[in-house]
Amino acid sequence: MHEMSLTESVIELVEYRARRNGSQRIKTVRLEIGKLSGVEPDAIRFCFDAIASGTLAEGAALDIIEQDGLAWCFDCSQPTPLASRSDPCPECGGYRMRLDEGLAMRVKELEVE
Amino acid sequence: MCALCGCDNREAKIEGAGKYMHFHVHADGMAHSHSDDANHHGHDLHYGLGPAHAPGMSQARMVRVEQDILAKNDAYAATNRNYFREHGIFALNLVSSPGSGKTSLLVRTIDALQGRYPICVIEGDQQTSRDADRIRATGAPAIQINTGRGCHLDALMVGHALEQLRPEENSLMLIENVGNLVCPASFDLGEAHKVAVLSVTEGEDKPLKYPDMFAAADLMLLNKSDLLAHLDFDVAFAIDAARQANPGIRTIVLSARTGEGMDEWLDWLDAQLGIAALRGAEIAESRIAAFGAEIRALEALLAAGNRLALGQV
Repeated sequence: MHEMSLTESVIELVEYRARRNGSQRIKTVRLEIGKLSGVEPDAIRFCFDAIASGTLAEGAALDIIEQDGLAWCFDCSQPTPLASRSDPCPECGGYRMRLDEGLAMRVKELEVE
Repeated sequence: MCALCGCDNREAKIEGAGKYMHFHVHADGMAHSHSDDANHHGHDLHYGLGPAHAPGMSQARMVRVEQDILAKNDAYAATNRNYFREHGIFALNLVSSPGSGKTSLLVRTIDALQGRYPICVIEGDQQTSRDADRIRATGAPAIQINTGRGCHLDALMVGHALEQLRPEENSLMLIENVGNLVCPASFDLGEAHKVAVLSVTEGEDKPLKYPDMFAAADLMLLNKSDLLAHLDFDVAFAIDAARQANPGIRTIVLSARTGEGMDEWLDWLDAQLGIAALRGAEIAESRIAAFGAEIRALEALLAAGNRLALGQV
């Protein structure tokens, strides 16, 4: 449950960007969170309002885009969707895979005024 | 304060730490040596001219950010990593659940390697300096970081601890993270490798239950192997489980109590320390060569200036 400190980093980052942009208030924060990043979007939502209070992001809407997992299977020599790290390749049932997508933890964009 | 996880890095305390902050990293991960926010050059991209691609957001008020949430931590981690590389220091980040025997393993490791390499330790726990006290009893310098309600070490805490510890050239730096198989997986501290310690009393399916940590680690130490005779722990299953999360993970079975299997671990450390020292020496050599070239260029410039002053040109 490191979502609390991640959310603190999000608020710090968006406040910094909003201030540099000369904005008074952040209306929306859009994040991209990979499904295999080990981050629980619901836990971020839970923390967000509490941490945002008293900042430029107070009352801001939080929009989380979830990024699907995608791996490269060395045995099938092709990309394969992956829902969880502990899942095997849906094609061959093996585990020899390299994770290529689904690890994102990014602030994508802000709506400010 | 979040009732859900209770995490709060601002409560972190580092033994003996006074004022620090030689440089700072902004929330977007950009490091600057100055502090005047008003003078920052802009990194923002505005969507003023192009079509708005995000539904529900008005074009003029969009600020595209595209920054990793952990950018700030990663920038501090990169600083730590550079420090380690340049000084030939081999740094490990030991992660596990509480009670896996990390501190006992460190004590045994220090006892075995003492006199051969300088070793220092950073201990992460929510409270008390009990672990650092145990390490200091071996004679090795140690700094305790108390994370308060925080559930992991971050790269800035480790950077501050490094300023206190000032590890020697070509040394071994062991960072014992907070006992937690979830959160420390996401935080790069600048280490060469994360090492996951799993004790055989915990159950062989831990890597299946906490795959992120075993995916982040390059080495798994199966500790307390002296207890295997009394348990139904399936070593092969545990290794397979770890490989499901991370096909490249290496495993060493050992007992910090009896010393069984310790040689394989110590040999691995020995080899890695050698590589780190060679790499540090290479960096130092190339730096000396670069300074030499700079000095020669300046000397040539000075000679040309002298000739000009003497009216020889």
